[in-house]
Amino acid sequence: MTAQLSGAGPVPAAPATAGAPPPRPRRRSGRAVWEGPPSVSGTVAKAVVLTLLVAAVLVPLWAVLVTSLASRGTIDEAGGMVMVPQEIDPSAYITIFSGGDVTRAVWISTLVTVLGTTVSLVLTVLAAYGLSRPGSVAHRGLLFYFLLTFLIFPGLVPSYLVVTGLGLKDSIWALILPSAISVFNLVVIRAFFMNVPAELLDSARIDGAGELRILTRIVLPLSRAVIAVVGLFYAVGYWNAYFNAVLYIDSNDKFPLQRVLQSYILAGQSPNVSGAAVSLPGVTAYPPTLAVKMAVVVVTVVPAVIIYPFVQRHFTKGVITGAVKG
Amino acid sequence: MSAPTLTPTPGRGRPGGRRPARRPRPGRRTLRARLRRDWPLLAMTAPAAALLLVFHYLPTLGNVIAFQDYNPFVGDDPLAAFVNSEWIGFGNFEALFRDPLFWDAVRNTLSITAFQLVFFFPLPILLAIMLNSVVSGRVRGFVQSVVYLPHFFSWVLVVTFFVQMLGGAGLLAQEMRQAGHEPWEIMTNPDTFIVLVTAEAVWKDLGWGAIVFLAALSAIDPNLYEAAAADGAGRWRRLWHITLPGLRPVIVLLLIMRLGDALSVGFEQFILQREAVGRQAAEVLDTFVYYQAISTQQWGLGAAAGLFKAVVGLALILTANKIAHRLGEQGVYSKS
Repeated sequence: MTAQLSGAGPVPAAPATAGAPPPRPRRRSGRAVWEGPPSVSGTVAKAVVLTLLVAAVLVPLWAVLVTSLASRGTIDEAGGMVMVPQEIDPSAYITIFSGGDVTRAVWISTLVTVLGTTVSLVLTVLAAYGLSRPGSVAHRGLLFYFLLTFLIFPGLVPSYLVVTGLGLKDSIWALILPSAISVFNLVVIRAFFMNVPAELLDSARIDGAGELRILTRIVLPLSRAVIAVVGLFYAVGYWNAYFNAVLYIDSNDKFPLQRVLQSYILAGQSPNVSGAAVSLPGVTAYPPTLAVKMAVVVVTVVPAVIIYPFVQRHFTKGVITGAVKG
Repeated sequence: MSAPTLTPTPGRGRPGGRRPARRPRPGRRTLRARLRRDWPLLAMTAPAAALLLVFHYLPTLGNVIAFQDYNPFVGDDPLAAFVNSEWIGFGNFEALFRDPLFWDAVRNTLSITAFQLVFFFPLPILLAIMLNSVVSGRVRGFVQSVVYLPHFFSWVLVVTFFVQMLGGAGLLAQEMRQAGHEPWEIMTNPDTFIVLVTAEAVWKDLGWGAIVFLAALSAIDPNLYEAAAADGAGRWRRLWHITLPGLRPVIVLLLIMRLGDALSVGFEQFILQREAVGRQAAEVLDTFVYYQAISTQQWGLGAAAGLFKAVVGLALILTANKIAHRLGEQGVYSKS
C-alpha cells in the first residue's frame, strides 16, 4: 500500500509510467552516460570509507556474540574479548535463563514493551484518526493542543512529582504512561490517514458504517506500513528505556533489562544469576563472568535485530512523511 | 488557535463554539449538528489528549515550583506539599546563578553542542551524498541496513559496546597490552570526553541521520545534472551547484532544530558515563537538574534549572526560526 504516499518525493523505483514525461529511470539502474567514468581514487576512497563504517557496526556485535559463546579457556587465552570462535558453549545463556535477575528483567522488559506498545499504538491511532478530518468540531484547536507539545516541555522535577503524586512510583505503569503518546508518531500516522481517498470514507458512511468501523475496516488496512513503522518506534522506545527505571523503579524485582545491563557492565556489579552452577553434562560449571555479561548484551540486542529487517523498507517513508508533512 | 482551545476533553459542548458563530454561512450546519456528526472523532482523540494533559501540560505548569522553596515533607503527597510550600520568588534562580556548578554544566553543554555541530552535523550529509553515488543498489542497500541499525540500540548498549571495545578491559586495550604497550585511557579520560561522546553519537545516529538527506537527494531532478554535465560542469561543480542547493532546505531545517535544542545534548548518555569520567567533564544541564533535584533533594533549585533550560530553549528555537524565515527558508512551522 504505497500508493497514497504522494507527498514523500518520488519513490526511487518508480516504473516509467505512460503519460507524464518519463524521468529517465536509468539513474537508478546504472551510471548515466553523461556522468563520465568514475575516477579510480574516488571509487577506492568510497569503498574504504563505507567498509570502515560497516565494520565499525559489525565488529563490536561480532565480538560480543562470540565472547558470549566462548568457554573459560578461550576467554583466558584471549585475555578478554574473543574475536575468533573456538567452540560454542551455551552455558552463559543457560545460566542467565535459569532464573535470577536477568530472567526476571527479560520478562519485565517484554511485558513493558508489549503492554506499552499496545497502549501507545491504540491511543495514537485513535487520536490520529480523530484529528484527520479538517473542519470537524474543534479540529484546529485540538491540533494546536497536540502540536504545542513540540515547543513547551515539562521539566524533569515536576514530571517526577506528578508521577509520584499519582502513586505510580515503583509501578511498571510509570514506565508506560508518561511516554505513551509521541506526538511525532501521531503526526506521521495522521498524515497517512489524511491521504486515504475521501470518496472511500464517504461511501462507507453512506452505507451506514460508524467512525470506528471505518477506521478498522478501511483506513487501517490501507495504512499497514506506517502502523508497522510507528509500532517499531514505540516498541524500541519501551525496550530501550533506561532512565525512567532509574527515576521511578525502586525494587530490584521490577528492574527492566537495560537497568540490569547497566548495573552489570557499567557499574561493575557481578551478575547475580540464580546462584546455582550449571550442571548439564558436558557444560562448564560456572560459566565465565565475561561470557555471562556478554550474553546479557546479546539478549538486549536481539529483539531490535530480529524485528528490524521486517520494517526497514518502510523507514524512509515513515521518516520523510514526518519531516515533510509534520 | 487561542486560549479556549486548550481545554482537555472538548466535545462536551463549549469548545469550538466560536467557530460557527464566526462564520454563520447559510447552509452551514449548526454546532449541534456538527457535534452529533463529530462526537466519535472527539471521543477518539480524548484519551490521548488526557494523557498529554496529565503527563505533559500538568508538569509544565508544575514548573512554578521553581519559585517555591519546595519541601516534599510538608504534605502527604506532592500536591499537598506544593500547596504548603513557601513561595520565595526568584530565590532559587539567584542561588542557581551564583552556583559555579551550574555554570560548569552550562559551559559543558554548550561546548558539546558546538563541537557536535562541527564534527557530527555534516557527517550524515556526506554519508548520504556518498551512498547516493554508489551505483550498485545491492551494495547501497547493505550499507544502509548496517549503518541504520545502531539507532535502535539503547544508550546503555552503545556505552557498553564502547566499553567492551575501547575501555580499560576492552578489545583495544587487550590488543595493546599483548603488543607490549600501555593501553590508552579512552573511556575515563575527562580531557577527551567531548570526543568520546561525539564518537558515540556518530556511531549511533550517523546512518539514521542520513535517511532524510537521501530522500532529499532522490527528489532532485536528474535532468538538472544532465543539463549541467552537458554544459561542461564536472563532478564537483555539479555537487556544489545542484546537490547542495537541493539539500539546503533540509539542512536549514535540521540546523534550526539542533540550535533550538542547544541546551540538550542527551541525557542517558551522560548519566551513564558521569561516574567514569567525573562531574567536571560530564555534567551537562540535564544531569545537573537530576542531581540537584532528585539526588540531593534541592527540588526548587533543580526545577529552576529545568525551567531556565526550557525557556532559553524556546527562545532559541523561535529566534532560529525567525532568522530562517528572514533568509527565505521554510523553517519549522510551515510544516503543520
